Amino acid sequence: MRFAVVQFGGSNCDLDAAHVLRDVCGVDTDLRWYKDGLGKGYDAVIIPGGFSYGDYLRAGAIAARTPVMDEIVRHTKNGGLALGICNGAQIAAESGLVPGTFAINAYPKFLCRPTHLRVENSATPFTTLFREGEVIRLPIAHKEGRFMADPAVLAALDAEKRIVFRFSDAEGRVTEDANPNGSTGNITGVLGKGGNFLAMMPHPERASEEVLGSEDGKRIFLSMIRHIEEHG
Amino acid sequence: MNFDVEVRITLKPGILDPEARAIQHALADLGFPTKKLSSARVFSIALEAKDRAGAEETARQMCERLLANPVIHHYEVEVRA
Repeated sequence: MRFAVVQFGGSNCDLDAAHVLRDVCGVDTDLRWYKDGLGKGYDAVIIPGGFSYGDYLRAGAIAARTPVMDEIVRHTKNGGLALGICNGAQIAAESGLVPGTFAINAYPKFLCRPTHLRVENSATPFTTLFREGEVIRLPIAHKEGRFMADPAVLAALDAEKRIVFRFSDAEGRVTEDANPNGSTGNITGVLGKGGNFLAMMPHPERASEEVLGSEDGKRIFLSMIRHIEEHG
Repeated sequence: MNFDVEVRITLKPGILDPEARAIQHALADLGFPTKKLSSARVFSIALEAKDRAGAEETARQMCERLLANPVIHHYEVEVRA
């Protein structure tokens, strides 16, 4: 089994993701510079957080138009897993891998803090190690993370169980007070059409070791690993 | 032929513009109360095209493929010369 972490100019969570995959989860992981493409086949691809292309134009807009993204689209069309974290989620939305967009926060400030998330669907390749409705703790670090989509798209996401995480309070209540950035319906984790691409604003790689205060993030990577083991 | 094209990207009506709101507050603090304030992004582009219509069509494709995000943006293209 082999994971790839794609690096763009301005990615800055690439090494954290690779560290968690290699040293915490024990899975072989390659860092792939975007210009070199994906190369050989991978079981899973991570698009890490950061500020690709300095967030010029819109966060993720320019990275989304690079050839490596066409490879990632093909990888997911062939059933491969992929996870976009923070800037990776913004890139995914700009690429059409997930619907909607991550707009500037309702209060236009960079937010870096722990958040509670309610797991809305535990039957995805990314969440099998969680219970449905479980409240987990992961940090956010973004200025453009307000999820928005047309009402028809939101209804379809809901009907197809493609909403994976919502911001909640510690008791799992999805309230306005628990919504740090104004995301529609507190949504901060959505699946692509095939259910094998997850875009999420919170950072699981920053909450995968006890010393960092939460190991909830690790279970996302371990869920992916288990899914690959079971489904090849 | 050479053309100068101006592309103007704005948020669709009803889409929250937190930056514009923050600017409006800052202006109010300076003693400039405003009833409405919105922001836009303008790109001035010089390009070659067969004719005016071709220049406009190219600029529209630029908007569709990169410059605008169809979920939140509206765009206008003006071919100037």
